[in-house]
Amino acid sequence: MARSSSKDAQDLFRALWSAYAATPTNLKIIDLYVMFAVFTALIQVVYMALVGSFPFNSFLSGVLSCVGTAVLAVCLRIQVNKENKEFKDLAPERAFADFVLCNLVLHLVIMNFLG
Amino acid sequence: MAQDLKPSISSFSLPKTLKLKTKQQELLIRVATLALIYILAFITRLFSVLRYESMIHEFDPYFNYRTTLFLTRNGFAEFWNWFDSESWYPLGRIIGGTLYPGLMLTAAAIHSLLRFLRLFVHIREVCVLTAPFFASNTTLVAYFFAKEVWDSGAGIVAAALIAICPGYISRSVAGSYDNEGVAIFALLLTFYLFVKAVNTGSLAWALGSAFGYFYMVSAWGGYVFIINLVPLYVLVLLVTGRYSLRLYVAYNCMYVLGMLLAMQIRFVGFQHVQSGEHMAAMGVFFLLQVFFFLDWVRHLLSDTKLFQAFLKITVTTAVTVGAVALGLGMASGYISPWTGRFYSLLDPTYAKDHIPIIASVSEHQPTAWSSFMFDFHILLFLFPAGLYFCFKRLSDATIFLVMYGLTSMYFAGVMVRLILVATPAVCLISAIAVSATVKNLTRVVRAKSPAVQSGSTKGTSSAKGSSKGVIDNSQPFQRNGAIVLLLGAFYLLSRYAIHCTWVTSEAYSSPSIVLAARGAHGQRVIFDDYREAYFWLRQNTPPDAKVMSWWDYGYQITAMGNRTVIVDNNTWNNTHIATVGRAMSSYEDEAYEIMRSLDVDYVLVVFGGVTGYSSDDINKFLWMVRIGGGVFPVIKEPDYLVNGEYRVDKGAAPKMLNCLMYKLSYYRFGELTTEYGRPPGYDRARGVEIGNKDIKLEYLEEALTTQNWIVRIYKVKPPKNRW
Repeated sequence: MARSSSKDAQDLFRALWSAYAATPTNLKIIDLYVMFAVFTALIQVVYMALVGSFPFNSFLSGVLSCVGTAVLAVCLRIQVNKENKEFKDLAPERAFADFVLCNLVLHLVIMNFLG
Repeated sequence: MAQDLKPSISSFSLPKTLKLKTKQQELLIRVATLALIYILAFITRLFSVLRYESMIHEFDPYFNYRTTLFLTRNGFAEFWNWFDSESWYPLGRIIGGTLYPGLMLTAAAIHSLLRFLRLFVHIREVCVLTAPFFASNTTLVAYFFAKEVWDSGAGIVAAALIAICPGYISRSVAGSYDNEGVAIFALLLTFYLFVKAVNTGSLAWALGSAFGYFYMVSAWGGYVFIINLVPLYVLVLLVTGRYSLRLYVAYNCMYVLGMLLAMQIRFVGFQHVQSGEHMAAMGVFFLLQVFFFLDWVRHLLSDTKLFQAFLKITVTTAVTVGAVALGLGMASGYISPWTGRFYSLLDPTYAKDHIPIIASVSEHQPTAWSSFMFDFHILLFLFPAGLYFCFKRLSDATIFLVMYGLTSMYFAGVMVRLILVATPAVCLISAIAVSATVKNLTRVVRAKSPAVQSGSTKGTSSAKGSSKGVIDNSQPFQRNGAIVLLLGAFYLLSRYAIHCTWVTSEAYSSPSIVLAARGAHGQRVIFDDYREAYFWLRQNTPPDAKVMSWWDYGYQITAMGNRTVIVDNNTWNNTHIATVGRAMSSYEDEAYEIMRSLDVDYVLVVFGGVTGYSSDDINKFLWMVRIGGGVFPVIKEPDYLVNGEYRVDKGAAPKMLNCLMYKLSYYRFGELTTEYGRPPGYDRARGVEIGNKDIKLEYLEEALTTQNWIVRIYKVKPPKNRW
């Protein structure tokens, strides 16, 4: 049972990986960026669990900065992905401008909140 | 008023005299109508200024006015760090951390803008006119919202309906300088931008919606409605299989940025991650991530069997992690449970049983049918019709509108004041009903001349789905019937306009600080006793005098009388209010001890026995007993009742006849003849002769009784010399 499920998992990851390899490079870069942001958020959460959450606004702004970055990057990825027919009318330049604007707001507020 | 509804209808039947192209004509009429509606929304709210004067109304607005005054005089930093020692003596109040600053900042910004334009107006005028100004802006937002959801015709009708809807006017007449005035604008703006973001999937609109949410959070505690309605909407879309990437973009951007922005308001602080009321939004946020991830993986994997396995693993993990996190948070007290106010919204009887201080406020009572009718009039039965049209043309936007309408209608039924939140939804949905009906009817009427019809219908309705209803001319009565129905619709709408104007002028324009009544000969009698009393306090008492009154009058005493109060309308400390309630319901000697311990110099009571003013302290007295008794069990409600009946005449309970409130209200009242043919001491508010006419005060002395006896102020005597 255990063996077959581990084999299943292996199959699964292999299939996923081969499907993912076909993704365009620019999307892969965004994915890397998202992964980085999520891992940074996780590290902060682990650190909080170890050390304590005392300057709670600092902790929140750190994590929300990462989460916000990740979410916005995913949104950008959705919008520039050619396969998404919903966003056919949206120019990639416009999507990127929106992304930069949102990030600007996000990080200005973060700076205010950091304390 | 009726004339102003006409253009909204006539935009469907364009004049042919102008030599403009149909599209230009249509645009011209639309802009002109909107401009008229904009002005109309402002001027219909000026009845109170005409009838009385340019003054701040009611209770809470006085606090807002006082803080705005402080803000304009001392600047933002001082305001943000203001510790107010004049309220809640001896506790004081940290103003910056315990208020929603949006309203004050808005008024101060308008004020400084006007000064920059070299228009030197007093801040009071700005405060008085803030609510009408924002009501005008709300009509514009309503137009764009309805245009986004339906079409521009519905937009104009919605703007016209909301401009004069009594449910909204009740909170936004000139002088009603309260949070709700700007909050409804912010609420509708947030919803509009969010729907726009869902429709376009654009980050910029979602960002705008986050800013709208920020403004809403800074203005009113009702933002909790948004932060629960939006996730609920997302959840409904997920369940009904309408999930789309546009929704993902809109919700995530709005939630993360909106939450972060909201945390900058100190009064709200960390509540978005710590309080139970906000957890739904966070849960939906994570749910959406999981959903998106699964969707993406399914997209990558061609093998469905593999995906099924993957789905099982991921869903199990996600549910377990979520449940464990929620359970840990709740158990460790990190996530606070729902507050009493929230419970009382979901369960109308909760406040009555558990929190007398919430139940005692008249605007927190469940709504009666008559006030629904009074506030909505024909919208009440246009609303279901509009829902029908929304369901007929279901889209992401109409689903949002339907959910907003249904949830807010429920809340409006629970609490009178929340009619206000439901009003925009009711107006929008009714507008859809009116617009769709009128459009269908005009199409029938114009079917005789097909050439004109095809051109102009396209112009008015931006041709959305209008090609479906092509009418055949075979039925001869159809045209006449349509004309009759159109006339009927016009009649109904004009009745609505008349009703709204009447309600505004008669019911909702009273400042409640100046009272008006009809005299014996039909002339208007003005009772200006409140201001007389507060001005007396300001002029004749030492600057550090402490005034004790029931909490309703606290804001007015600090704002107009400029004196320190023991309790005020910000009811954050139940014990302190209960102490005052206990003092009011004790015998004079016991009350004196309590008042000495609170350093009280003056006691203020409001009394309507001479004028027949019914919302005075004797009628509120049972709430003082209940709130006092809730903390101090010495005070028992049955002691003040006779066979469960509340009386002030000869048959009243002995404790009632000798408690402080009774004595202060009826002191020397037994000597006064109030009505011809009645014995002296006849209380006109309750219609009885009072039971204790020979009242002697031992520890207090009368300091002021205003002209119509509405406000009575007593001075607390210093302690007797011991030897």
